[in-house]
Amino acid sequence: MHIAEGFLPAPHALGWTLAAAPFVVHGARCVVKEVREHPESTLLLGAAGAFTFVLSAIKLPSVTGSSSHPTGTGLGAVLFRPPVMALLGTIVLLFQALLLAHGGLTTLGANAFSMAVVGPWVGYGAYRLVSRCGGGLLPAVFAAMALSDLATYVTTALQLALAFPDAQSGFLGAAAKFLGVFAVTQVPLAIGEGLLGVLLFRVLTVNARPELIRLGVLRPDPERAER
Amino acid sequence: MRRRLVTALLVLAVVALFAVPLLVGGASEYAGTDSQATELIEGSRPGYQPWFSSVFSPGSSEVESGLFALQAAVGGMVLGYVLGRLRGRRLAERASAERASTPPAEP
Repeated sequence: MHIAEGFLPAPHALGWTLAAAPFVVHGARCVVKEVREHPESTLLLGAAGAFTFVLSAIKLPSVTGSSSHPTGTGLGAVLFRPPVMALLGTIVLLFQALLLAHGGLTTLGANAFSMAVVGPWVGYGAYRLVSRCGGGLLPAVFAAMALSDLATYVTTALQLALAFPDAQSGFLGAAAKFLGVFAVTQVPLAIGEGLLGVLLFRVLTVNARPELIRLGVLRPDPERAER
Repeated sequence: MRRRLVTALLVLAVVALFAVPLLVGGASEYAGTDSQATELIEGSRPGYQPWFSSVFSPGSSEVESGLFALQAAVGGMVLGYVLGRLRGRRLAERASAERASTPPAEP
């Protein structure tokens, strides 16, 4: 889950905000461009945003005895490439910071960097890698969803370790400690998110074929019989 | 048929993944990882004070869960609307294709 309000020292909060800002601005321009040039994409863009919105509201129990929530940013990263998710993910984070006291305004930059920038890019990279190795669409989607989720929380743990290095063991000691909290809890959630993503893509490949072909996710093959 | 089976198995796997910890975990409180991290920070830096507090905090945990549920509901609604529209579009296309290929029975 995200870094709580006020829990990053001011220089770190500012630094991460500056680091995330260009990605979010670029993402906003990508969303506007996509909607303007391909108005038919609006539906799927809505689906990508809604998926992140739902998943990041659901705190799930993990085998570690703690709970966390998935991120759902892999879907949009696969469909529309990662920059789009930089905006959509940040909107979700802003909503939670303002209305739910979850995350925060001072930590928005750091949280956006982990959830809306690193997560989608890692997921997209995994998707490209698996599909290039001939893994097929659904395994690639699984990898994208699961790894974008996991990478988000690995980043969160590293951000905290950077801000609060351990008195004796320094950054690495603190990283191990925070990874123990965030990353380990997240593993079953990431697997669950991967499976959900596969479910959703099975629906989309049947019902949104033209869009997926235009977005380059599916290859056009006219002879493929309807189911 | 096989498609349906795969879907059912996927749904079952997702449910099992989150039901099993609840059943096995017993008395665990399932505290959020964010509050655990906050405790870690307070443990390693006893003097650390958050230097900013949330602009708005839900008054009680009931209100907070309600707002989280609202967020999930809004997202679920939009997602359902999109999938419903896409599916309706495909069915309509298939129906009009069938109509075009079979000539009308009566002139």
